[in-house]
Amino acid sequence: MGIAVEGARKRFGEFQALDDVWIEVPDGSLTALLGPSGSGKSTLLRVIAGLEALDAGAVLIDGDDVSGRPARKRKVGFVFQHYAAFKHMTVFENVCFGLRIRKWPKAKAARRVHELLDLVQLEGLAERFPSQLSGGQRQRMALARALAVEPQVLLLDEPFGALDAKVRRDLRAWLRRLHAETGVTTIFVTHDQEEAMEVAGQLVVMNEGRVEQSGSAEELYERPANEFVMSFVGEVNRLGEAFVRPHDMQVVLDPGERTEEALVRRIVALGFEIRVEFVLGDGAEVWAQLTRPELQRLELREGQIAYLRPLQATSFNGSGVSAAV
Amino acid sequence: MAPASRWGLRTLGLGYVFALLLLPLGLIFYKTFEGGISPPLEAIASPEGLQALKLTLLMVAVAVPLNTVFGVGCALLLVRHRWRGNFLVDAVINLPFAISPVVIGLSLFLLYGTTGWFGPALAEAGLKVLFSVPGMVLASIFVSLPFVVRETVPVLREIGTEQEQAAHTLGAGAWQTFRRVTLPAIRWGVAYGVVLTTARVLGEFGAVSVVSGSISGQTQTLPLFVEKQYENFNLPGAFGASMLLALLALTTLLAMNLLKRKENG
Repeated sequence: MGIAVEGARKRFGEFQALDDVWIEVPDGSLTALLGPSGSGKSTLLRVIAGLEALDAGAVLIDGDDVSGRPARKRKVGFVFQHYAAFKHMTVFENVCFGLRIRKWPKAKAARRVHELLDLVQLEGLAERFPSQLSGGQRQRMALARALAVEPQVLLLDEPFGALDAKVRRDLRAWLRRLHAETGVTTIFVTHDQEEAMEVAGQLVVMNEGRVEQSGSAEELYERPANEFVMSFVGEVNRLGEAFVRPHDMQVVLDPGERTEEALVRRIVALGFEIRVEFVLGDGAEVWAQLTRPELQRLELREGQIAYLRPLQATSFNGSGVSAAV
Repeated sequence: MAPASRWGLRTLGLGYVFALLLLPLGLIFYKTFEGGISPPLEAIASPEGLQALKLTLLMVAVAVPLNTVFGVGCALLLVRHRWRGNFLVDAVINLPFAISPVVIGLSLFLLYGTTGWFGPALAEAGLKVLFSVPGMVLASIFVSLPFVVRETVPVLREIGTEQEQAAHTLGAGAWQTFRRVTLPAIRWGVAYGVVLTTARVLGEFGAVSVVSGSISGQTQTLPLFVEKQYENFNLPGAFGASMLLALLALTTLLAMNLLKRKENG
């Protein structure tokens, strides 16, 4: 079901967590709320779930204003960063919780639970307790538990934040597949732009309680609305008033048109990708992203002088319109 | 740690426990049965002794459930609903710990005595509080009030609110969330509070002594009975009743441990 948030405001004491937030999430989409910590993304998710009440504004699920409705009546599934597993219940009982509350007949509920455990690949672990599971398994259990009650909307708050890098990568791919299979409108919160771009179809970038921009990963990367989005979604160098992506930074050995002299300070080989760090004449530090063949052709060494030419630069005037050089 | 200092610490710890706890208790046990098993049994089986046992169990049966319900509710209020007056509630709950039981007894006198605030009105309604069971129950509740709150608050804080929020999003109402999620998560804190409350009510002397008047065969609980027997030089009776008290307390402790062990399989 589609979700809309209209003019949401929320204040915690002196802290303005949400400041006139408007978003629209299409039915069946997979959307990421992306932003640094304190940007209001988790608060927004909790507001949609009904775990926080709004000071002003409205939350609409499938066109219905649910702002006054408690969490238990919103038909949302919520997954917490730290799993929120019911520690005194087995995996089976955890997943069955919502069904028991809804008084499903035992046999039917058991069938549904096993279906879900199968979906999240925990079928052999039904009788285990959460303490006997790994972090990744706990989070999959929490997902099965949230999905058991057939929510209209699935909300995930930094679902992979507490897991190590390898498990996180696996779960990202798995979440994409799960979403494709179930088709439930899903919103997840993350501060990791790579994760957001990899998993989500639509991104909402938040900062200081406001939505800075929303759109596809490509739109945000190619046409950032402002400086914040440009620097938060992808890497960026600052050259005076202009912003240049590291891969748009051409490195040449001789001075020419629109080049700037720079000292090669450090060359970091990250496999195929090479990160070359420069210091400009005015002391500013920038870096260029090269490929291994490019580096070999240039024969760059640390300490030498080279010339940088921005292939594409973006600058933002007051109205936040971007312009390519 | 070096083995020598480890043994030194062990000896010190065990010696402390032995000298201060086990030795006196062991002596009571020895003294009780010094003259055979019948003198202490007779003392307890006397009408006064049985009445004292009955009253003590009644105190437990009333005060413990009430303080458990109140304690859990109060802990929930303190931890889950933050407001400015919380620190005051928190401090007030500790009062029974801070104030001498005798003072508590006296304060009940001021409230329910013949010249007290509520005393005359209650007497007119035919309810006698002092020198009778209601006053003793009040005193028992008062002195044992903080235990469940104090034991529950830290556990409640530790489990956090996420499990409860998860239950809400899964469709559980406030009561269902409490019964199926919160209570199971805090149950050992509550259980420990209940054991401490029980022990305190069983053993309470000062406050109950003041309000009850310690009328033999009527308003004597076991601790008061012990004192009376001791004053009357009926040592086997005093020791027998003491043993019974200790056994009751031990039974509560054991019951909790057995439950815990059963659950942990």
